[in-house]
Order: sequence, then C-alpha cells, then structure tokens
Amino acid sequence: MGMTMTQKILAAHAGLDKVEAGQLIEADLDLVLGNDITSPVAIKEMDKMKVNGVFDKDKIALVPDHFVPNKDIKSAEHCKCVREFAIKNEITNYFEVGEMGIEHALLPEKGLTVAGDVIIGADSHTCTYGALGAFSTGVGSTDMAAGMATGKAWFKVPGAIKFNLVGKPKEWVSGKDVILHIIGMIGVDGALYKSMEFTGEGIQNLSMDDRFTIANMAIEAGGKNGIFPVDDLAKAYMKEHSTRNYTVYEADEDAVYDEEYTIDLSALESTVAFPHLPENTKTLSEIKQDITIDQVVIGSCTNGRLDDLRIAAKVLKGRHVAKGMRCIIIPATQAVYLSAMEEGLLKTFIEAGAIVSTPTCGPCLGGYMGILAEGERCVSTTNRNFVGRMGHVDSEIYLASPAVAAASAVTGKISGPEQL
Amino acid sequence: MKKANGTVFKYGDNVDTDVIIPARYLNSSDPAELAEHCMEDIDKDFIKKVKKGDIIVADKNFGCGSSREHAPIAIKAAGVSCVIAETFARIFYRNAINIGLPIIECADAAKGIEAGDEVEVDFDSGIITNVTKGTTFKGQAFPEFMQKIIAAEGLVNYINNK
Repeated sequence: MGMTMTQKILAAHAGLDKVEAGQLIEADLDLVLGNDITSPVAIKEMDKMKVNGVFDKDKIALVPDHFVPNKDIKSAEHCKCVREFAIKNEITNYFEVGEMGIEHALLPEKGLTVAGDVIIGADSHTCTYGALGAFSTGVGSTDMAAGMATGKAWFKVPGAIKFNLVGKPKEWVSGKDVILHIIGMIGVDGALYKSMEFTGEGIQNLSMDDRFTIANMAIEAGGKNGIFPVDDLAKAYMKEHSTRNYTVYEADEDAVYDEEYTIDLSALESTVAFPHLPENTKTLSEIKQDITIDQVVIGSCTNGRLDDLRIAAKVLKGRHVAKGMRCIIIPATQAVYLSAMEEGLLKTFIEAGAIVSTPTCGPCLGGYMGILAEGERCVSTTNRNFVGRMGHVDSEIYLASPAVAAASAVTGKISGPEQL
Repeated sequence: MKKANGTVFKYGDNVDTDVIIPARYLNSSDPAELAEHCMEDIDKDFIKKVKKGDIIVADKNFGCGSSREHAPIAIKAAGVSCVIAETFARIFYRNAINIGLPIIECADAAKGIEAGDEVEVDFDSGIITNVTKGTTFKGQAFPEFMQKIIAAEGLVNYINNK
C-alpha cells in the first residue's frame, strides 16, 4: 500500500520509512508561524514551559497582520508583546509594519516556504503553502508555543481525498471559483481531518496565485491541508523567491484515497458562496434575483495577490463603482502593492472610486477597515461568510472571485464581468 | 480521571469559532474577558445563564473556521466542563486537548441530548449519561498519547513533565 504526497512528507519528517492514515507521529518542523492575535497567547504559554528560548531563530516567522497598523490600544499591546519577543529571541523573520504583508501571501513571496517542508502556523489558513508542495497546516497558540520551543509537533497522519483537475478554466473563472465549487460539492466538513490532494493535467492551466487561493481554502472544507504536485511553474516560483533547497515528493501510484473526484475546469462558472457558510454556493447563472450590495472587499490571504488585483483592475478600468458603494482594495503585501503601483493598477482603482489600503487582514475577520452595519451586504474575495464575521450579526457576506467582486462593485448587485 | 456534571446548552452543525468568540474581542487574550463574550453571536443569553460545570452539546463540525485558541479558552473560562459533539473541526480538537478542555466525540449523544438536560460524563470510561432522560452513550475514547496530554491538563504541563 503506497503513500500520498502528504504522507510521504510526514514520514520523512518523522524519520520513518512509512506511515499510514490514523497513525500518530511526531514530526520535525521547518517553520513555525504566528500573527499578532495568536502569538501573544503562544508567548504566554511558552513562558510556562521549562525551556531556554526558541529551537531555531531562523525557523520561526512572526507576522503582525490582523489588526495592524494597530487599530486600538489593546491591539498595540499585543503587537508590542510580539515585537519584544522577536527582539529578545533574535527572530530572523519578524516583519514590522512597512515590511509585513498578510502572512500567507508574504511567506512564499519571501521564500520561507518551499516544497517538501512541514510547516505549522497559528492561523487556520496556513494550509496555503500546499500550493508549493509543502505540508502546512493551521494549529492553535499552544501548538505554536510547543513548536517554537521544541521544533516538533504531533500529528495524526491524515487520510486523503484526491481531486483530479482536468481542462482549462474559461475567461474570468479563477482559483477561487475552483475551490468554492469544491466546497459546495463536499461541504464545510467534507474533508474533515483529511488532506486534499490536487492532481491532474488541468493544474498546468492554473497560475501560482490560483493555486495559493485553492490551497488556502482547504480549511473551509475542514481539510488538514491542501497540496499540489511540484511542476515547472512551482519550481520557477521557488527559484525566483527562495534560496532554500527544496525536496519534491510525489504520491505513490498505489496510494490510498478515501474518495476521488474529477473536476473539469472548463465546465466551471463564476461561483458565489451565500451567507452564512462557504458551502452555500451558486453559480452566477443560478442567481435569479438581484442581490443589492453595500460594500466590496478585494484582498486577504485568499485573493490579495497580484493576479487578483490585475483581474480587478481589468474589470474596473474605465468604469466607476456604483453610487453609494464602498469598494475596499487591499494588496496583500508591500511587494504586491508596489507592483500594483508600477503597473498602474492603483490609478485604475482610485479613478474607479475604490480605496486602496496598506496590507492588513482587517475587514476579513471583522477587525477594522470595513465593518458592516446591521442589514448590510458585502461581496468579498475573502474566505469566510460566517454569522457576524465582518461586523453586525445581521450583516451578510457573499464570497466570490476578484472578477465577480469588481463587477459587483460597478453594478451595485452581484454580477459577473460579462454582465457589464 | 475526573467526571463532568452539568446542564446542557445545545447547538447545531458547524458552530464556528467566530461565533464562539467574535474577532472584535480578539484584541484581548485574557481568559476572563474572553469568557464574557463566549457564544455571543450565536446565543446572547449563554453567558448570563451558564453555570460552572455546564456542558455544551453540538452536532457536526463544532469549532470550524479560525484557529483562534481563544475559542476553547473562552469556553473553559466560562465554566464549561465538557463539550460533546458528533464531530469537531480538527484545529479546535487539538486546541481543546492542548489547553485541557475535555471534549468527546459521540454522534448518539449529540442526537439523544436536548438543551436543559442534566448530563454526566465519565472521562475514564467515555460513558455519557443523560440523567434527565435516563439514557447512556459511549463516547469515542482518546488514543493513549492524547490521554496523557489531557491527564497533564494540557500540552505545556505534558512537555514540562517529559
């Protein structure tokens, strides 16, 4: 019985020739990540441990991104706690405002995550790095503390679901539509405790930014991780961004999968997740009535990368957002921001009546920078549309691609670029 | 190991960590302060009614979404002695064990227990007794490794004791 790609990475990091689903292992970690919300709790827990400092100052990344630039005094205190810890422990990869970006966009861009790694992060969207062929998964603060102290974490080896992607997506259909389609199909607990293994010739038709978006939302199907094979595009990305050596793992021919799905990318349409779960999906053509909206957010660890902003700009170019619409665009990192400026995307956004913010998770989790009032509706490229996620418990979030979000900002109702 | 005994608060599928502790309160990491807002966006009255030792029972995928450990911390600090669910989201499951909040997966109990029932849980045997209805259920036992973490009341003590 063979191993999946995920199982091979875990076996190698546990010093074992072979692992199987359900087995409990202890694995060596290549990177431990935390942000301004989860790290203070981890630092407090680490203080209780009888250890002298961190296991490796180069293998910890601290990225204040959720409530920065500090939204209030309490957030400022949290950031101060993280900053002081980083200085005291000489953490190499601490990213201050000005250098920081949204963690899951920033770390691959900085070359800190590569194929074959085992990565834990005290943030559920840590699964993003599976796009590069790494095993990466979200944990809580205590796991982060133990990881920082010991360089190890315990895992239950996951079973797997295989998604065989074939065909080429139509114009305006992107990674977001692929993953929303999948979550709509299997549900928000469809991959509970399992790895989501993407494979198939269709992957060559997905950009790296598409793959980051897909891996990012594996958690929204309950998945432990999402993972892609390492092809030439992924290798070129790592060559451009990283000086680290990477290891390519491939699933065995006889690897065991609990379920297998084939998804024809050419048959997918723009997809929207209705309140209040990411599994409540409809294609644009299935939406029969007008759904008027008050706000659009384009950004986040899911869709704040350069490809996403390019698509939004293509839609907004020469157009203007609807009267009364707040359109908030958040480049995920400083590098994305700079490229967007150099390419003229920011000019397009501002001329269209949108605003552009410094990198922050801000509105995605109802932190700040775009909180919704009672009864308001938002089309957002973020990842969760739970009750109260972006503000008032009686507000509504519709998750969509950058193309649909931008088009909806123009019309004031849920729309696709084809409808402009 | 200890037992839990309390009155049940009952919820449905996919109770996410955003409704357990909304992000607007995550500028604090103080357990007592987090507890004041526990379950606020799904059950405004929870924190007014909950008594020390009470039990949360839910259906599928309890604790899905954000990895915030503040969620099990808030539940524990609110006085809840145990969470029983048909299934838990995996990060919540880890977090609960790591901070020493007892949790048990049991589909039959999730179906056979209603809000307001008095329930007793024996962590050694995994037996869940609905005292009000006179029924019993067998929860899924933890692997030995996790039992050790739970017995140490969390991962920090477990590592310190090693």
